[in-house]
Amino acid sequence: MKNKISFKDVVKTYPMKDATFTALDHVSLDIADQEFVTVVGPSGCGKSTLLSMAAGLVGPTAGEVLVDDAPVTGPGPDRGVIFQQYALFPWLTVRKNVEFGLRLAAIPAEERRRRAERAIELVGLADFADALPRTLSGGMKQRCAIARAYAVNPQVLLMDEPFGALDALTRVQLQDQLLHTWSQERRTVMFITHDVDEAVYLARRVVVMAARPGRIQTIVDVDLPYPRTEEMRLSPEFGAIRNDVWHSVYHQPPATPAA
Amino acid sequence: MTVIIAPEKTSARPDGRRTVRRPRRSIVLNLTAVAIGLAGWALLSSVGVQGLPGPLAVAARAGELIADGTLLQDVLASLRRVFLGFALGTLLAVPVGFLMGWYPTARGLLEPYVQFFRTIPPLAIIPLAIVLLGIGEVPKVFVIFLAAFLSSVVAAFQGVVDVDRTLINAARVLGATDRTIFLKVVIPASTPFILVGMRIGLGSAWGTLVAAELIAAQEGLGFRMQQAQLYYDLSTIFVGLIAIGVLGLVMDRLLLLAERRLTGWQERR
Repeated sequence: MKNKISFKDVVKTYPMKDATFTALDHVSLDIADQEFVTVVGPSGCGKSTLLSMAAGLVGPTAGEVLVDDAPVTGPGPDRGVIFQQYALFPWLTVRKNVEFGLRLAAIPAEERRRRAERAIELVGLADFADALPRTLSGGMKQRCAIARAYAVNPQVLLMDEPFGALDALTRVQLQDQLLHTWSQERRTVMFITHDVDEAVYLARRVVVMAARPGRIQTIVDVDLPYPRTEEMRLSPEFGAIRNDVWHSVYHQPPATPAA
Repeated sequence: MTVIIAPEKTSARPDGRRTVRRPRRSIVLNLTAVAIGLAGWALLSSVGVQGLPGPLAVAARAGELIADGTLLQDVLASLRRVFLGFALGTLLAVPVGFLMGWYPTARGLLEPYVQFFRTIPPLAIIPLAIVLLGIGEVPKVFVIFLAAFLSSVVAAFQGVVDVDRTLINAARVLGATDRTIFLKVVIPASTPFILVGMRIGLGSAWGTLVAAELIAAQEGLGFRMQQAQLYYDLSTIFVGLIAIGVLGLVMDRLLLLAERRLTGWQERR
């Protein structure tokens, strides 16, 4: 299958006071077109850095990041990014937030309105289209951010711990909604999380990372059919995979001595 | 005199509009305080603090000054100076502040001057302004301009620096260019800072006014009070003081209103 996103021997270092900090140490990863991949790991393992590189917000120190076989040179509307902190423009209503990217793409007013409407309905915010973000709950804010990303119809969705700040119930609802939308409009999804349960529930493949230096520890295939259901969460198969991932995340071999 | 009034608590309504309703109790308390103050003032003048006019004498003097048009003329002259200086000051402060916040080079070049002149009270510039700019309207407006500019420029600069990085990234990943980010993200995001800067700037502009009007003015509230001092005319001085206070309060309230209108989207913690 065709690779949508490729990380080729990627290194990212940051200069520190008297040493260099290695955020990513020779990471290689291929994500196939229309694949749903989650990346899980302890804090400081560079998982967010990896995502920012695919988004084009951060460049690698060495190595290459390819999207559609072309090196990433900067951010672009073909890759939608969803941040943990929602990053809604607080002075714009839900509708205006969702239309933001469409305006940048110079989409005519009528189509813009139609596409925004559709995205807002898709995430279930139709009743709040004219509300300001400050009046929304955390879950609703994140729905709005997701609608904003959907509206420009990107081929790739890059999600950086999008549900990390939400309560457990809202989180499960948004996971199901995300999978539902994904099953209808197949996009390539790279989803960062620190929640093992979430990682296994959503993905075809779970990439487990290790910290100091940031690197890929292992990749776990999730051989469970879509659509995923709440019953599946309680199944022994799910439990076995989750234990597997959990073990890789929390029983990592000692880190190599700090550089 | 700097008029800075902390925003009162506002109650949030689910429809997103905030109401600015003060409980009746607080208004009653405010009015009571004013009444007590006036009574105390009347008492002080009647038991004979030498030469101190009572509220009635001051009100009578105010009536005279209003009737012969002097007060209106002075108020207009003062307001014209303040508005001119304030408008020029903030008009320049916003682009300069943005420049400093957005471009590290501009910041490096401009910051020493801004920080240095900020430590000099604008009033200390008056002697220099008179020597260099003469005794017309220019030095007065210049000093007020300087006061307004220096207070607002730092606020505008800080506003740009404090714009949430994730908002900028969110715009970038949706395909925004630097220009768009500046116009559609940085400017709206820093509006609250700029408006606070403007309120402080207006306070300093107003506060610099009276001293600026000591430079050979022919009219204006500061000039009138200066004249009154020569003739031991305390009533006129009081009229001037009260006029300055009331006008300052009104202007601050107007800016506060604008601030609420423009930045009602802010999340309050």
